[in-house]
Amino acid sequence: MSKVLEARELCAFYGPTQVLFGLGLEVDDGGITTLLGANGAGKTTTLRSLSGMCRTSGEVRFDGKAIGGRATEDIVRLGIAHVPQGRGTFSRQTVEENLQIGAMTRSGRAAIASDIERVYGYFPRLKERRTQQAGTLSGGEQQMLAVGRAMMLRPRLMLLDEPSFGLAPLIVEELFGILRTLNQTEKVSMLLVEQNAALALDLADHAYLIETGRLVMEGPAQQLRDDENIRKAYLGY
Amino acid sequence: MELFLHQVLAGLATGGIYACMALAVVMIYQAIDHLNFAQGEMAMFSTFIAWQLIQWGFPYWVAFVLTIGISFIAGVLIERIVLRPLHGQHVLAHVVAFIALLSIFNSTAGFIWDWTIKSFASPFGSGQLFGQNLISPHDAGMMGVTIVMLVLLYLFFRHTRVGLSMRAAAANPESAQLAGIRVGWMTALGWGMAAAIGSVAGMLIAPVVFLEPNMMLSILLYGFAGAVVGGLTSPGGAVLGGFAVGVIENLAGTYIPVVGREMKLSIALCIIVAVLCVKPSGLFGRPVVTRV
Repeated sequence: MSKVLEARELCAFYGPTQVLFGLGLEVDDGGITTLLGANGAGKTTTLRSLSGMCRTSGEVRFDGKAIGGRATEDIVRLGIAHVPQGRGTFSRQTVEENLQIGAMTRSGRAAIASDIERVYGYFPRLKERRTQQAGTLSGGEQQMLAVGRAMMLRPRLMLLDEPSFGLAPLIVEELFGILRTLNQTEKVSMLLVEQNAALALDLADHAYLIETGRLVMEGPAQQLRDDENIRKAYLGY
Repeated sequence: MELFLHQVLAGLATGGIYACMALAVVMIYQAIDHLNFAQGEMAMFSTFIAWQLIQWGFPYWVAFVLTIGISFIAGVLIERIVLRPLHGQHVLAHVVAFIALLSIFNSTAGFIWDWTIKSFASPFGSGQLFGQNLISPHDAGMMGVTIVMLVLLYLFFRHTRVGLSMRAAAANPESAQLAGIRVGWMTALGWGMAAAIGSVAGMLIAPVVFLEPNMMLSILLYGFAGAVVGGLTSPGGAVLGGFAVGVIENLAGTYIPVVGREMKLSIALCIIVAVLCVKPSGLFGRPVVTRV
């Protein structure tokens, strides 16, 4: 299967400190890959490296094009939508303005308007709150808005940084259901970072495990789910 | 009563100028989190450019529009050349850069156009407006131009995509980047617009305070006061603050005997201190909460 994203020997640095050590990871075109690991293992940094938000070395290819070292805005414009940890919504702007901001790289008023309606189709609750300031939404709604804003880019690949963080189990279930639908109907590939390993392995078809900046295991999601060590360390049963 | 009304209207007219300066200051503050001390000198320099254009024989309104354009481009260039390299640097680096800009513009204006006071014609003429003494034609024109400009800016920020991009870039630069917005250019655009707004303020106030290299010093102080009153995080608040400061200044100068004309400037500073004591984030500002 062709790869939408390939990283080779990816290293990342915060100032003089190296935090990622030669990662190699791939995301299948149309697939969902998850990156698991404990707190501080380097999951968020991996996503930030991929979208050009920290100093890196190594090679990153998106759709076969080398994107390593490019500016974040340029990487985004190629079709990589990054939903950051803590959601990154614009709290003083309205829900609808947030969605419009997501489409800022595109032209065509009509297409944007119909995409906004499509996002509302996936997240009816956002439609009810379209004129509300994003900061007044609940955590789950804000996460939905963050995903919706990413959708507005019409991305090929979505980088999702702990979308389940701080949400009630029912909301998480709803959200992950929608992510699965987006993957299937909109053909958006996804790279999902999660602490909730059980949830992530359910959604993903491929998984990587990261420990202190190094990949220690990879394989089909099913295989990691059945692995005894993973089960004990990350799934807790 | 007529004196009161007269003073309120005159206060609103100069308040509009303070509102413009406050807005220029707030626009840059929102983009880079620093107060641009050189805002006033930039506006003064723009006004000299307008004066020069008029001396060369351009009609007033042509010179007016040209000056706005030149100021806009100059503002963008200042951001690209001087401020961009300082991005992410310590606040003191910015302070030094602003002081440098201030003295460069001040001295250059003095060098080119010398330090003597020049008169600057009002496009609105003098004499009476509709045969009454309540408000002078220049004050009325000043208020009109200010209001038109503020309405245009409001529409720009509310209803255009570039305006929304600029708001997004100022509110949350990292997320804006992740939406593909070129945050650096939005900041440069903000500088250009602030310089352009400042130039309008300078050209409108020049007939009142006369043209000389230090003309904007007190105006900028009033602008700062307006911005602090309204809240540095709230453009709308800054505008209201500017108008409020103009009216307060005029009424205090008229009705409080010790204040008079001489002490008026200290009113601005008193307002800044009072607001900072009571409501540090300003009347419409949002308190900044930092996670430690």
